Amino acid sequence: MTARRTRPSWLGVAATYAALLVVTAVVLYPVMLVCKKAFEPGRQFALSASPIPREVTLDHFRALMGAHGSHGELLFLRHAMNSALVALATTVVGVILSCTAAYALSRFRFPGRRAGLTTFLVVQMFPASMLLLPLYVLLDKMSLLNSVTGLVMVYATTAIPFCVWTLKGYFDGLPRELEEAARIDGAGPWRIFFTIMLPLARPGIAVTALFSFMTAWNEFIMASTFMTEETRYTLPVLLQSSVGQYSADWGLFAAGAIVTSVPVMALFYVLQRSLVGGLTAGSVKG
Amino acid sequence: MSEVRLVGISKQYEGARADRPALERLDLTIPSGALVVLVGPSGCGKSTTLRIVAGLEEPTTGQVLVDGRDVTHVAPAQRDIAMVFQSYALYPHMTVFENLAFALRIRKLPDAEIRRRVEEVARSLAIESYLERRPKALSGGQRQRVAIGRAVVRNPKVFLFDEPLSNLDAKLRGDMRREIARIHQESRTTAMYVTHDQVEAMTLADHIVVLKDGLIQQVGSPMDIYDAPANRFVAGFFGTPSMNFLPAQAERVDGHLRVRGSGFELPIDDAGHAGDVTVGIRPERLTLDERPSTVPLAARVGMREMLGAEVVLHLESPAGDLTVRADARAGARPGDALTVWLDPRAVHLFDAGTEQRL
Repeated sequence: MTARRTRPSWLGVAATYAALLVVTAVVLYPVMLVCKKAFEPGRQFALSASPIPREVTLDHFRALMGAHGSHGELLFLRHAMNSALVALATTVVGVILSCTAAYALSRFRFPGRRAGLTTFLVVQMFPASMLLLPLYVLLDKMSLLNSVTGLVMVYATTAIPFCVWTLKGYFDGLPRELEEAARIDGAGPWRIFFTIMLPLARPGIAVTALFSFMTAWNEFIMASTFMTEETRYTLPVLLQSSVGQYSADWGLFAAGAIVTSVPVMALFYVLQRSLVGGLTAGSVKG
Repeated sequence: MSEVRLVGISKQYEGARADRPALERLDLTIPSGALVVLVGPSGCGKSTTLRIVAGLEEPTTGQVLVDGRDVTHVAPAQRDIAMVFQSYALYPHMTVFENLAFALRIRKLPDAEIRRRVEEVARSLAIESYLERRPKALSGGQRQRVAIGRAVVRNPKVFLFDEPLSNLDAKLRGDMRREIARIHQESRTTAMYVTHDQVEAMTLADHIVVLKDGLIQQVGSPMDIYDAPANRFVAGFFGTPSMNFLPAQAERVDGHLRVRGSGFELPIDDAGHAGDVTVGIRPERLTLDERPSTVPLAARVGMREMLGAEVVLHLESPAGDLTVRADARAGARPGDALTVWLDPRAVHLFDAGTEQRL
């Protein structure tokens, strides 16, 4: 028994590694095919199943970055800027509103609290496509079609319910004695919120920030419906437009997909330190 | 130095049974400069009382007065009261220095003054070498010192301690208990201290308040409480091992009381009340040898617990089970028959029905 636990047989180890290799291959293969297409000349997907390109070129990236609009502006830059603006604004609006709402829902008892929480859950059940038409009408009435503000409003309201629930759970887990100690020390509600609760909720905030950013950065359906002018496209809309119904430039698409995913990966990398828990260690008990 | 008065405090928690309020019409005065210990079993209302004084809970009825000023509806921040929590409740993302300085910064004291006061308190609590550490890098005892320091540094009108030592191991608890006693003696700041540990209550208190089911059972000095417990509950709560209780009948004979239980008969000099009574006698007041005017009771040894300096014998007698603290050299072994001697002057009498002291 103990021998088996401390020194597993080489056969078991080999089987484990083999299984892991298979899973890794299954996960990575599609990604590698996209990478291959991005660096391989030609518009079509080659029939070869090999994930390694026979010829390497940066033509697709050049085409992607170098495309000019009708007024001679660099389209890719415009779209990347649109995406960045929408995603960052969604994150900021989403996180600020979610933090304050989640803290209130976690700590204060007021009429409508339960109803509010339930509503947040219920609205999560509706698929985004169902909201397309009413949202389109609303944005049109407010002249917010083809506007970054309009898209941010839509994205933020989509992201907030999830963020509020996540952060509320996080605030619920923070010891109440910390606030009581701060109240006795003379701190008011805002000071407690900013100097005690927010710093401790950092991991929760990082998760919601990441979620808000990704919601906005990756979203396609609403962006393609509400942003109809080419200069207003976000990156996912640009990607989709490169594979039209009659002509599909898969090389351009693959290059675009890679460029688009870089910021999200970078964000993950930056935030991973905050994602780890254990921030309250040492505050209460031993 | 400030006097704290609680007048007619009741507390009914929402959703709790209406016939079991957490506190019921509690009247209590904490004299200026005194250390008052509130003691009782879990759920007796002692922590609720403390939280009401702190302002963390509002009483359902009644008033909290600090130096005669009604602070019942005043926010905790404006009461100038400091509290030490059982769980320490240190701000985990701040250094020890910032934890201690937090309240002073809110009061916008000059930086130099804050530094001076924090360092002074840190020195007196022997935590000056940890000032730049976070709470997570401290041991339990060090954290508790920081928590106490955070209260002391404010120089408040009143200290509140909510079971501050229950998370510490036995040795540290003793050290910190003496530390708290020292701090109180030096500052003479009015203090309320909540504990369920009778030893802490006895050693620290100027006055002890015994609570049970939201009602005050007795208020008095540690010696009053020990020597003249107001009822059977208080008598059983203080003392280790706890007091022996034997059922008996009291009758009046020639102006004296004659208390008869199965296997013993006690003459009591005091003309008290006759009827069904409970005889209480502390384990250390029972003897294994006859002394002047003691009365015998035949018993058999059930169990023997050796404590080193002394031995605790658990006896079976016709009157009921008895615990005796005896000299460690006492040779009684389980199964031995022996005679214990009851001193009538060491006996407490309680009414068998009301359980009040007679």
